[in-house]
Amino acid sequence: MRGEKMAKINGEDFNEKITVGEYLKKAGYSAVRVAVMVNGEILPKNDYDSTEIKPDDEVEIVGFVGGG
Amino acid sequence: MKISEREFAEAVNSRSKAPIYEKMKAATVGIAGLGGLGSNIAAALVRSGIGRLVIADFDRVELSNINRQAYLLRDIGRRKTEALAEILREINPFCEIVTHDVRVDEKNCLEIFGQCPIVCEAFDGAEEKAMLVNTLLSESKTVKIITGSGMAGFGRANEIVTRKISERLFVCGDGKTDVADGEGLTASRVIICAGHIASKAVEMILG
Repeated sequence: MRGEKMAKINGEDFNEKITVGEYLKKAGYSAVRVAVMVNGEILPKNDYDSTEIKPDDEVEIVGFVGGG
Repeated sequence: MKISEREFAEAVNSRSKAPIYEKMKAATVGIAGLGGLGSNIAAALVRSGIGRLVIADFDRVELSNINRQAYLLRDIGRRKTEALAEILREINPFCEIVTHDVRVDEKNCLEIFGQCPIVCEAFDGAEEKAMLVNTLLSESKTVKIITGSGMAGFGRANEIVTRKISERLFVCGDGKTDVADGEGLTASRVIICAGHIASKAVEMILG
């Protein structure tokens, strides 16, 4: 809808009212293998379950894979 | 062969209109993990005249490392910090190398890398990668991190890219090929990823 604020997760529109922790579980991420940035700042792991994704938030989730 | 620092600096700068060596010499970079990524990142940076490297790894060189890491057969059984420092000094004796022969964890990583403006994350394990990025970005207000994720297998060279996640976080790799999936690791592809990480570090220093 025009004018409606929407969050973005890794560049994709997102408008559910859930926490970062819930989103990670739903999307199949392992919480110990990610870094989550909200509006350019790192989100501490302890805050995943208490942080709701708000309209206008820009969320970047980096999922790490092994090898090096 | 005995080379003076002036000769080395002139050689680094030789085909560049703007001086490279002087800016590189003034810079400090941290490297966490001295495997296929870390050892090759370090070699690239000392060739460009980096002034100070802080390198950390708890491990020793094994035969299974030689397929992709910068070590030589003579190094098998030696501590990676010690073996790599020797190789790096043989390339560029004017770089100050600070070694930490320790397993980097949540408790010590700020102490080891907190004074490095740029840290290259070069661990093998996904959880260790996430640990370093989360801890350093949370506990330091200034450190910038360049991390490697996704360089297993062979070929698909053009799928390895550098992505900016925020002002302080850059991710290099294809983002998906996991060594746990059994594709193995090849020097050619790991070195591409190491090259992306080192290249971003050089860009931050010279840019």
